[in-house]
Amino acid sequence: MDAFTTHTGRAVPLRRSNVDTDQIIPAVWLKQVSRTGFENGLFSAWREDPAFVLNDPVYEGASILVSGPDFGTGSSREHAVWALQQYGFRVVISARFGDIFRNNSTKMGLLPVVLPADVVERIQAAVEADPAAEVTVDLVERQVRLGDLVAEFEIDDYTRWRLMEGLDDIGLTLRHADDIAEYENGRQRWLPTTV
Amino acid sequence: MGRTLAEKVWEKHVVRRAEGEPDVLYIDLHLIHEVTSPQAFDGLRLSGRTVRRPDLTIATEDHNVPTVLGPIADLVSRTQVETLRKNTAEFGIRLHPMGDAGQGVVHIIGPQFGLTQPGMTVVCGDSHTSTHGAFGALAFGIGTSEVEHVLATQTLPAYRPKTMAIEVAGELPVGVTAKDLILAIIAQIGTGGGQGYIVEYRGEAVRKLSMEGRMTVCNMSIEAGARAGMIAPDETTFEYLRGRPHAPTGTAWDEAVEYWKSLRTDDDAEFDKVVHIDASTLTPFVTWGTNPGQGAPIGSAVPSPEDFADPVQRSAAERALEYMGLAAGTPLRDVEVDTVFVGSCTNGRIEDLRAAADILRGRTVVTRTLIVPGSMQVKKAAEEEGLHEVFKAAGAEWREAGCSMCLGMNPDTLKPGERSASTSNRNFEGRQGKGGRTHLVSPQVAAATAVTGRLTAPADL
Repeated sequence: MDAFTTHTGRAVPLRRSNVDTDQIIPAVWLKQVSRTGFENGLFSAWREDPAFVLNDPVYEGASILVSGPDFGTGSSREHAVWALQQYGFRVVISARFGDIFRNNSTKMGLLPVVLPADVVERIQAAVEADPAAEVTVDLVERQVRLGDLVAEFEIDDYTRWRLMEGLDDIGLTLRHADDIAEYENGRQRWLPTTV
Repeated sequence: MGRTLAEKVWEKHVVRRAEGEPDVLYIDLHLIHEVTSPQAFDGLRLSGRTVRRPDLTIATEDHNVPTVLGPIADLVSRTQVETLRKNTAEFGIRLHPMGDAGQGVVHIIGPQFGLTQPGMTVVCGDSHTSTHGAFGALAFGIGTSEVEHVLATQTLPAYRPKTMAIEVAGELPVGVTAKDLILAIIAQIGTGGGQGYIVEYRGEAVRKLSMEGRMTVCNMSIEAGARAGMIAPDETTFEYLRGRPHAPTGTAWDEAVEYWKSLRTDDDAEFDKVVHIDASTLTPFVTWGTNPGQGAPIGSAVPSPEDFADPVQRSAAERALEYMGLAAGTPLRDVEVDTVFVGSCTNGRIEDLRAAADILRGRTVVTRTLIVPGSMQVKKAAEEEGLHEVFKAAGAEWREAGCSMCLGMNPDTLKPGERSASTSNRNFEGRQGKGGRTHLVSPQVAAATAVTGRLTAPADL
């Protein structure tokens, strides 16, 4: 996973709420066994409409998605994160995320930033007024900065550290393999096995 | 101060706790299917790791499988299923493939084998893992990276969510089912209402539900945004488990039941939030929109966007009505459908099929009607009761087990503009096929709807 400290880029305003993962990446894309090639599946149904915001050339090359509330609800498909990243997004900003999606994002280094709805709205309006505006998402300072707008966001220390270091969860857990073995020795005897 | 059920089960599974870090939880049961596992197994191979506990892991083929006999026609789907077979063989994991008597929808086979038990942690790369919470298990959906983590370590790092009690007072009126209850709950608290919480469903109406009814309720916890949904185990739970293949026996059974009885929220425990529902006011419930919270009693009408004070909800309703091709004010009973789907991890069990058969017996369907048993074991049980003859005589299609029309990944899909009444769990845009329009309903309403061709409650027949 690439480390994330600070990212500056242009933003796209997605004025939708309840953006479920079926919209982010429709089920037909989930049949693939590879981890790459999902960029064409990103919002593929919505992108069929020429008026959809991602089809607007002024937003081409944007790397920050600024969405209405309840982003990433529904299915646990991590493919939603892969599609966003492979399309070119490094950050998603919304007032509220689906829990599973938010978890999945932090595993992959796509930064989910929670800001109050009115601040999200201000950023969307600013970007609509000037699509070339540069937005900085600073994980070190926990800030989003755009022009003279400075918004603080919350993120737990551990996730922030892990993202800043670009560390893999599995390696971190296996540092405590002894704890796992000790726990296993104490499990109740009636618990089932699948064999 | 006392502890809630969720806290008790959580604390029992903490392998490691450190300040400023998520808890590392041990996972008692890891369910696997073909869609969210390929990249996880690849990751293991790439990093030279193996599966720590194949004996706590079980796999099935469900999302891609066709529900008619024969091979998978779609090459990409077939590759995905073959990949699961290679992976489970390589890593020594039990698999129930297509054609196997134990195959079925992943959240149906766990409980049917008695693998899901009270107080366990259960995970799967699928959001409806919350189903298993019906047993008083702590069960949640995870993404592919977490699937890899569980395969490699049999643990999951997680922050403990807050707790929410949903107190369901009163009794469900005759004709009102577990599905109607959970749809009404989601309409009340919203698709984000449970976000950040483990929900515990409590109250007399919940106690009276069968295990299958409890599974239906817990299944859709995710649609309210909840991390997990749980129901404390009781005699109903123990009776369901007694004698199942992986349930304990003899003195182990006695010990287990003794422990399971302690898995309840203490009387002096406090929840972070409490929601009250009056079951006695409920009626059959259907969705009209494009998220599971956009639902209403079947006796009401399609709402108008103006009915929503919140501008976000208003604009969502506008969009939904346009996608669904519905006019505000249309009585829901006037909404005509062309397709009915009975099945899915929400309502694909034997009681659901019996309920549908009770309504279809001696009647004929006017819609395309797919009845899909949730597992081959459910199929066998249904056939032993002659339910398949009832379905076929009514003109419905009796299928093999799989996720089927729930999610548009296998041949069972809606064409653009087609409209269904489905016993599944999501009515998102395009969920059942691009341009498809989905109304979520109970099995009883689905069957009655198949007879009339419009959204219908059994009492209307």
